[in-house]
Amino acid sequence: MRDSFSEELTELAGSDPRIVLLMGDIGNHMFDRFKELFPNRFFNCGIAESNMISVAAGLAMSGFRPFVYTFSAFDVGRPFEQIRVDLAFQNLPVVIIGLGGGLTYSSLGPTHYICEDLAITRALPNMTVVCPADAVETRAAIRAALQREGPVYIRIGKKNEPVIHKTTPDFVIGKGIIIEEGTDICILGTGTILPNVIAAAHRLREYGIKPRVVSFHTLKPLDTILLKKAFSDYPLVVTVEEHSLIGGLGSAVAEWLSDHFLPQKGHLMRIGIADEFLHYAVKQKSALDAYNLSPDKLAEAIHVQYRKLH
Amino acid sequence: MINGYDIMDKQTLDQLSKQIRAEVIETAHKTETIHVGGCLSCVDILIALYFGCMSVRPEEPNWPDRDRFILSKGHAALAFYTVLAHRGFYPLEQVFTFNKDKSLFTEHPVWKNIPGVEATSGSLGHGLGIGSGMALAAKISKNPYRTFVLMSDGECEEGSIWEAVLFAPANHLGNLVAIIDYNQWQACGRSNEIMNLSPLKEKFSAFGWAAYEVDGHDIGAMIVLLQSIRSSTDRPVAIIAHTIKGKGVSFMEDDNNWHYRVPSADDVQKARQELGFQ
Repeated sequence: MRDSFSEELTELAGSDPRIVLLMGDIGNHMFDRFKELFPNRFFNCGIAESNMISVAAGLAMSGFRPFVYTFSAFDVGRPFEQIRVDLAFQNLPVVIIGLGGGLTYSSLGPTHYICEDLAITRALPNMTVVCPADAVETRAAIRAALQREGPVYIRIGKKNEPVIHKTTPDFVIGKGIIIEEGTDICILGTGTILPNVIAAAHRLREYGIKPRVVSFHTLKPLDTILLKKAFSDYPLVVTVEEHSLIGGLGSAVAEWLSDHFLPQKGHLMRIGIADEFLHYAVKQKSALDAYNLSPDKLAEAIHVQYRKLH
Repeated sequence: MINGYDIMDKQTLDQLSKQIRAEVIETAHKTETIHVGGCLSCVDILIALYFGCMSVRPEEPNWPDRDRFILSKGHAALAFYTVLAHRGFYPLEQVFTFNKDKSLFTEHPVWKNIPGVEATSGSLGHGLGIGSGMALAAKISKNPYRTFVLMSDGECEEGSIWEAVLFAPANHLGNLVAIIDYNQWQACGRSNEIMNLSPLKEKFSAFGWAAYEVDGHDIGAMIVLLQSIRSSTDRPVAIIAHTIKGKGVSFMEDDNNWHYRVPSADDVQKARQELGFQ
């Protein structure tokens, strides 16, 4: 996903002189092409994320379209107040790319993974929050973000994630994409957990349960049309996210659900990361399994819940 | 002359400084507003900038080639608003709505609320980074405007300031000028005792800035300095302006109670008298 971000931004920068890339000293050769083509629009801002966000604000206030890139843990976790005041309050068109949100970097320890980034950004007025599921959605999300007039947070994975979309889907911020149709339950997955959701859906089909699978890539603004239909048409709506159960997709859907009266509504089931830190060395795959986010555990958890309804 | 604007003589500028001080104190009294001491310490710096250095068009506040100014010490908004009014950005009467319910003249400045306000500030430590972004934008687009950022000395305790202090010289932002209103006080005590700020000039020099010291109440000296650095190298400029908190009113000068104290009617009368007004 990170290579698709770099390639897409390089392509866009050729036709849009407003694009400026700020990065926090990660990526090494990832941006060589961008630097070669646009040396005066590439800035390694060093290991100083708070300043990087403020510099992006100053550039945006002067007519540029800055993209800010580093680990999610550092470009959301560290400079929250700069994001809040300089970007969100002033409603500036700055795109923050968060590398490795969720448990992508769990093996690097608690400083490098972040399962609160969506909650933090989603709480801010004016902020758009997008979690593309694969490289194709990443490219589309970057193009779409460039059209927004306010700040956008895009959480991406790392590299070599499975590609879900064989062709470029109709990607609209705030509109979920139906990946597979099904009549029994509706599973909303956000971000890089989607391949596991699809794999889990295939296992559920083996049990005779036919799930609809949605790439629910935008957490803010919510696709309320899709949600309304999902809770009307399905007895069980499942949210799946590589994020804390506090403040992410499941929270957003639960908040929306509690605020809206639907005469016949399906049950909501949330699957995500528990409210805890990991204090030991852990590989992403193993951590996902522990939180019921591996394909097998996902299928099992959803299957159990579905059977309770029947 | 700057951009067709005639610089006033010393006597007129000094008189303007007294008038703005009196208006700040009176407005603070009427609106029950704090931060008078920090307003009075930077009035002369603001005057030197807006009346002797910066290229602006009050009738066209978003003129693309204008010099930018960020009041990073946003708590001095009342002084800033009053100076902008005298420079012609809007009628002075508008400033009198300061801090009133639903007024756009907020206690800390908000971008786009008011002509001439270039950034939202109030939380300390943001202005130098934003100003660096604006200076960078000028470099990329080859626009000759300069960016000025006014900070307090206590503000220099924020880590983000030092991130920007490292960033600006690395990116050769010779079009960036940071001014520190060095009144040696912060909310709860002496800035040099609470944190090890001193020596500020040497710190900025060591970080690669062209650093200067000036009497922050000598408007003429500041204008001379600001104009002399106009065609500087590609090094950003830091000006340590030595000031007195509460300057201009004997019972406010260097008394840190005026960080939070609201002037009474009696205080206003005494202050006005000292400043030469009845």
